[in-house]
Amino acid sequence: MKRIAFLDTTFRNVCLICAGVCGVLTLTLFLQLASASGEAWQTFGWGFLISTEWDPVTNVYGALPAIVGTLLTTGLALFIALSLAFVCALQIVDAPPVLSKILSYGIDLLAAIPSVIYGMWGLFILCPLLQEAFWLLEIDTNGFGLLAASLILALMILPYICAVMRDVLKMTPVLLKEAAMGAGCTTWECARDILLRHGAKELLGGVFIGLGRALGETMAVLFVVGNVIEIPGSLLEGCTTIAATLANNFAEADGLQQSVLFALGLILLLMAFGIQILAHCYLRKTAQKKGA
Amino acid sequence: MALHLPSPRNTSPSMTLRPFFWRKLQNGLVQTFSIIALALAIGAMLWILGTIFSRGGEVLSWDFLTNSSKPYGVPGNGIANALLGTLMITVTAAVIAIPIALAAGIGLSEFAKQSRFANLMRFCINVMMGIPSILIGLFVYMLWVVPQKSFSGFAGALALAILMIPVITRTTEDMLRMVSDHLREAALALGCSRWEMIVQVVCKSARNGLVSGILLAVARVAGETAPLLFTALFADTWPRDFFTHPTANIPVLITETTTNSPFEAMHQVGWGAALVITLIVLIINIVAKTCFREQKR
Repeated sequence: MKRIAFLDTTFRNVCLICAGVCGVLTLTLFLQLASASGEAWQTFGWGFLISTEWDPVTNVYGALPAIVGTLLTTGLALFIALSLAFVCALQIVDAPPVLSKILSYGIDLLAAIPSVIYGMWGLFILCPLLQEAFWLLEIDTNGFGLLAASLILALMILPYICAVMRDVLKMTPVLLKEAAMGAGCTTWECARDILLRHGAKELLGGVFIGLGRALGETMAVLFVVGNVIEIPGSLLEGCTTIAATLANNFAEADGLQQSVLFALGLILLLMAFGIQILAHCYLRKTAQKKGA
Repeated sequence: MALHLPSPRNTSPSMTLRPFFWRKLQNGLVQTFSIIALALAIGAMLWILGTIFSRGGEVLSWDFLTNSSKPYGVPGNGIANALLGTLMITVTAAVIAIPIALAAGIGLSEFAKQSRFANLMRFCINVMMGIPSILIGLFVYMLWVVPQKSFSGFAGALALAILMIPVITRTTEDMLRMVSDHLREAALALGCSRWEMIVQVVCKSARNGLVSGILLAVARVAGETAPLLFTALFADTWPRDFFTHPTANIPVLITETTTNSPFEAMHQVGWGAALVITLIVLIINIVAKTCFREQKR
């Protein structure tokens, strides 16, 4: 009996310690990035966040272009993906069962493709295509830049958002839908006024997932964004994101520049963390409302 | 037609006809748009896969799979060393991550349950899942590469393991919580000790879900590139010194051959490698989703 009790407590303790691993990792990651970026914060202070200069020769760096690039690509991608995902999910839910299964499987496949493949496809197929398309409109561009990056990102986060929306729309009580139809709504009015309102909270959960994914995506963006450390003036100009800047410069960096890159990493981490906190508070609030 | 919308506000026939026409038009436009959207999504998927298969298929051959990668100009280029390196990195990552993550999932669902500690850890897991993978690369660079003074395949494996742990922990917990409490009570009543009950009864009945969760996590990290850039790096050699030297791997090979090389011959190697890694990831995905699917209740 003693041995069994011993085994039980050991097993329990091992499991609980392992459960703590994620907490420890998260904490160390924050501390690590904060300490490694200390030099950058000391040198540039808060001005680092709003400075647009980036000059490795004179060792002057600013984070604003990368931050703006990250926010712009993420925002645009989210806008494109959301509008597409909502109508896609509507169609999939309404389609006959067999077709709906095939369609959702096809869209899920998009999520399985590695990000570096997206980047490669963007580099060799999408960017030349954009270049030619805009050339027909007599706009001179090489295709790389904000637009290409947003399109690729939108394609990458579409399956995640679509999957959440699909589940939410399936959960809507049939009675509500039938009532709307019976009152004389068209399909679109039913979707807009009934389904969207009824599932608004859960649908927002899908938005958070897409947001998190788009924010930190590195490879796909790196290939097509142009990697110019400037704030883009138009959709077709090259820019950069935090993740792409890291991937591009980290291997050759040392001293102050490395510290600056860690500072950028910390900013990205705080953005991702902020989204998680928002999502968490939000889910809590909705859970409370449902309980009441 | 006007009878469809007897509105008290506008009684003249022309006014009742118009809104209905607009509503129908709007509905039609949205329907068209949604079909276009769906076609776009599916079409893009087919387009990407089609490009990979046709361009990669041209270069794929037995020699390509068995020769090691070489710099531009040397004949007989291949991806065998990168394939082996990816295999070693992914398997090592899985070996590190799976026991920890399974134990963590068991701990959260069977022992910690709704305690403060468990909720805090669940929050940390969510945060970890949202952390961009490139930051995990930075993390391992500081934690392992700098002290060891060398890039290594093992560092890459560590990074991938850190990426896998939260994913597997989360699915494990979800799957175990789906097991009914009657089973647990029955096992305990038969005289099982607690850990026998968990390992032999609860985990066994959730086995399919656990395996599919693990496979999906492996598939997800197998194609990850960003965390390997600062950890495993790349080398044209065979992965002999897994713990002390940069190790070849497919994702970074694709990056190297496509972005850092202007030559068509190198791009071709990239397409071949892309086909191989896509096939591996898709096959693991499909196996996980079809063979080990949770039965619908």
